[in-house]
Amino acid sequence: MTVYPNLQPTDPSGQTRKDFQTDQDVRWCPGCGDYSILANVQRTLPKLGIPRENVVFISGIGCSSRFPYYMGTYGMHSIHGRAPAIATGVKTLNPELSVWVITGDGDALSIGGNHLIHALRRNVDLNILLFNNKIYGLTKGQYSPTSEVGKRTKSTPYGSIDHPFNPVSVALGADASFVARVLDVDAKLMPVVLERAAAHGGASFVEILQNCSIFNDGAWADISDRKTKHATQLELQHGLPLLFDKGTKGIGLDNRMHPRVVDVEAEGLDKVLVHDETNPAMAYLLSRLTYPEFPTPMGVFLSIPRPTYDAELEAQMRHAGRKATGDGMADMQALLESGRTWEVR
Amino acid sequence: MPKTETVLDEVTIRFAGDSGDGMQLTGSQFTHTSALVGNDVSTFPDYPAEIRAPAGSLFGVSGFQLHFSSKAVLTPGDAPDVLVAMNPAALKTNLGDLKVGGILIANTQAFDDKNLERAGYATNPLEDGSLGDYRVYPVDITTMTLGAVAEVGLGQKAALRCKNFFALGLVYWLFNRPLEHTLDWLKEKFHGDVYDANEKALKAGYHYGETAEAFDQSYVVEQAQIEPGLYRNITGNEALALGLLAACQLSGLKGYLGSYPITPASDILHFLSKQKHLGFKTFQAEDEIAAVGAALGAAFAGGLGVTTTSGPGMALKAEAIGLAVMTELPMVIVNVQRGGPSTGLPTKTEQSDLLQMLYGRNGESPVPIVAAQSPGDCFYAAIEAARIAVRHSVPVVLLSDGYVANGAEPWKVPKMADLPRIPVRFATEAEGFEPYSRDDDLGRPWAIPGTPGLEHRLGGLEKQHLTGNVSYNPENHEFMCQLRADKVAKVADHLPPTAPHGDADGTLVIGWGGTFGALRAAVDQARQHGAKAAHVHLRHLNPLPKDLGEVMARYERVLVPELNLGQLSFLLRAKYLRAVEPYTKLQGKPFKVSEVLARILEAKEVAA
Ligand code: SF4
Repeated sequence: MTVYPNLQPTDPSGQTRKDFQTDQDVRWCPGCGDYSILANVQRTLPKLGIPRENVVFISGIGCSSRFPYYMGTYGMHSIHGRAPAIATGVKTLNPELSVWVITGDGDALSIGGNHLIHALRRNVDLNILLFNNKIYGLTKGQYSPTSEVGKRTKSTPYGSIDHPFNPVSVALGADASFVARVLDVDAKLMPVVLERAAAHGGASFVEILQNCSIFNDGAWADISDRKTKHATQLELQHGLPLLFDKGTKGIGLDNRMHPRVVDVEAEGLDKVLVHDETNPAMAYLLSRLTYPEFPTPMGVFLSIPRPTYDAELEAQMRHAGRKATGDGMADMQALLESGRTWEVR
Repeated sequence: MPKTETVLDEVTIRFAGDSGDGMQLTGSQFTHTSALVGNDVSTFPDYPAEIRAPAGSLFGVSGFQLHFSSKAVLTPGDAPDVLVAMNPAALKTNLGDLKVGGILIANTQAFDDKNLERAGYATNPLEDGSLGDYRVYPVDITTMTLGAVAEVGLGQKAALRCKNFFALGLVYWLFNRPLEHTLDWLKEKFHGDVYDANEKALKAGYHYGETAEAFDQSYVVEQAQIEPGLYRNITGNEALALGLLAACQLSGLKGYLGSYPITPASDILHFLSKQKHLGFKTFQAEDEIAAVGAALGAAFAGGLGVTTTSGPGMALKAEAIGLAVMTELPMVIVNVQRGGPSTGLPTKTEQSDLLQMLYGRNGESPVPIVAAQSPGDCFYAAIEAARIAVRHSVPVVLLSDGYVANGAEPWKVPKMADLPRIPVRFATEAEGFEPYSRDDDLGRPWAIPGTPGLEHRLGGLEKQHLTGNVSYNPENHEFMCQLRADKVAKVADHLPPTAPHGDADGTLVIGWGGTFGALRAAVDQARQHGAKAAHVHLRHLNPLPKDLGEVMARYERVLVPELNLGQLSFLLRAKYLRAVEPYTKLQGKPFKVSEVLARILEAKEVAA
């Protein structure tokens, strides 16, 4: 007996950006980086070939977590830090769904740190977008677990003494199978990264460097400035040398495996490392590069195939299901009558 | 000299020994055989919190009590008639419960200087005359076991492990029980030497009873009148898990358990993990919060979301349950209560989470609460919880406790075909769809991801009536708080009238949960003593039955026994402005029938 509706799915080929919008007023502050992320996500989703009704957005709490209200899909604006756990339940109950987690630096790395690392470790097929603005916006400006040491905020008037997390390093440390980074305003790279994250089987982790125009304006200005970004960003491309500054510089290693900047003309291209998305050690090394010592890497750090939790669970279910007769009531009756029974007459 | 046989109505035995002595197995074998010979039986295991406590220590004692009778049995028995003590520590910790004149079988070999000292005995109680109140049978179980299994050729350590079967054999003889059921079980479990050794130990114990002069009589407990049908032994945790599985079949819903290991609830997770062939998924989460979160996610996606835990886990789940209240998703939240606060007494029973379940969340956050009253009843309580959850689109708390969860009783296997279905209707019609519209039970439509045209957003922010959009409107907030409360109150529309068991006036004993057997037996005995008494055992703690106030008004006295400091008493007083008499106990142990009986009769004398 099934109670689940069996309805004609929406034809995804006809879907447009409009299908992924809602009638709700978007309530972020003017100039907030979240607007551009929303626009990019809404532009990307129609390209994925997934019927809108099969898409679910789950968020936690924070400015970023209002996101689901603006998506014309199923969604839940849940509780602080718990979105990966709730999303895990959604995805593992119904693996047909495309499940997205929207979270922030406080939500994912502070109160919800545990759920994030375990979702990544298990490799549940979720797409986790972490909007990192290095501040608590919704609660009006306290330092976050990604705020830099010395940061003065309402709760750190003498400067923060917390060593910050590097979200990409955390994700790699949690054995994520897909890790990427992109800037909120990068309308060229973001759709590429989002499409790849969606296509990746398993937990995809994308750190989106996001500007909070009210409480931490310009936090990423150093690397987002259009005029200098060729030198401040390092675009990662699988199989290609790690070059920046218009190809004049690259990333190499010294004999103790410390990364260093290679002068391509003086030292030659063969001193420059070639990006390999399937190498977790390289991904970690790259995650430690930060501006101003190095350009900040953007794009896909790591993408490796690994069995997903949800698919493995389905496989176990199918395997166990060979014991079943197909008549659930009869199988249930048999279970009730199993073990040592006796008849009272 | 021929031995005599005495017929008894009922007997309570406690097996006690080191955690490594196999007392749980011994007890469950005796239980099963007793059930098969037609007795009514109830059992209660009592094991230490430590996984492998040092041998011979007081805190390492593991006990198993069972009560079998030719009449209906409601509890595992107050005080044992027979105590089997495998070492001095077992004697020390259990002797206080043994009835005066009761039988004590002690394994003399274990009463050596080292063990006596570990148990804190200055002199050997088997020799110093301190056990004069009891019929003491010192038996050298260890030596006789080693002798019996010697020819099998097991090592000393393996041979020693058979001594519980020697003790079991002896007690089988004492109560005229057949060996065949245990031998069958041994055959299923073991082969070769291990089987041979245990069989020999069992038979040696039996023959020892037959031949030893010390035992001059044995006992017979006749068959009980038991409703015909197919039976099995069941623990509360097993029955609860089966109830959840049955609820899925009755509703057609996919089952989903999110859980994190915790005593005494973990066995539900273990049991359900094995039932994947029934389409039930289990997820061992990274913590209690993720466990309830995943269950909530599964409910959103259209499953019967379940999470199982005990008190400390409930404290962690509170916020997510609040989200389930706000999103109005059907879930079952199982709390197998244990002694608290904090880590408290993990392996001991208590009923002290009632108010936590009712009020332990921020805001006005009402949830229906259902309580199971016996091991077998956990099955029906679980189905009831699922039924309410689905009917009213609401998270439901199902309360069990350590006593019910680990206790076992013979259970008449239900027929699935006889159980009422749980109707489920998913929303599919896009035309006019409003996620927060209402049906007669004030439930809202369950529109699950994958349904075209019904895309909507849920969340923890206050919802606008009908549309489900975020709303900060003051009137709407008040309206919605009231609506969520009304919805839970609606559950009472579906409850049968309260039918007190016993007299129409006098003392009304009101209880809930695992105290059922003790309260019912105490009320029955009080009436045999000439007292006027009745018993109401509440299946539903929230909402309470609509007629409970009227029922209470018919009695001069309302006595509320609970294993807490009076939580139900507090509720009854608050709700009905009625004087009630709390009777509380907080020792990590269930009520004894005699305690409750004394309390019922005590006031009868006061009143007279
Ligand atoms: S506070 Fe900052 S992050 Fe939040 S909406 Fe405003 S600009 Fe965006």
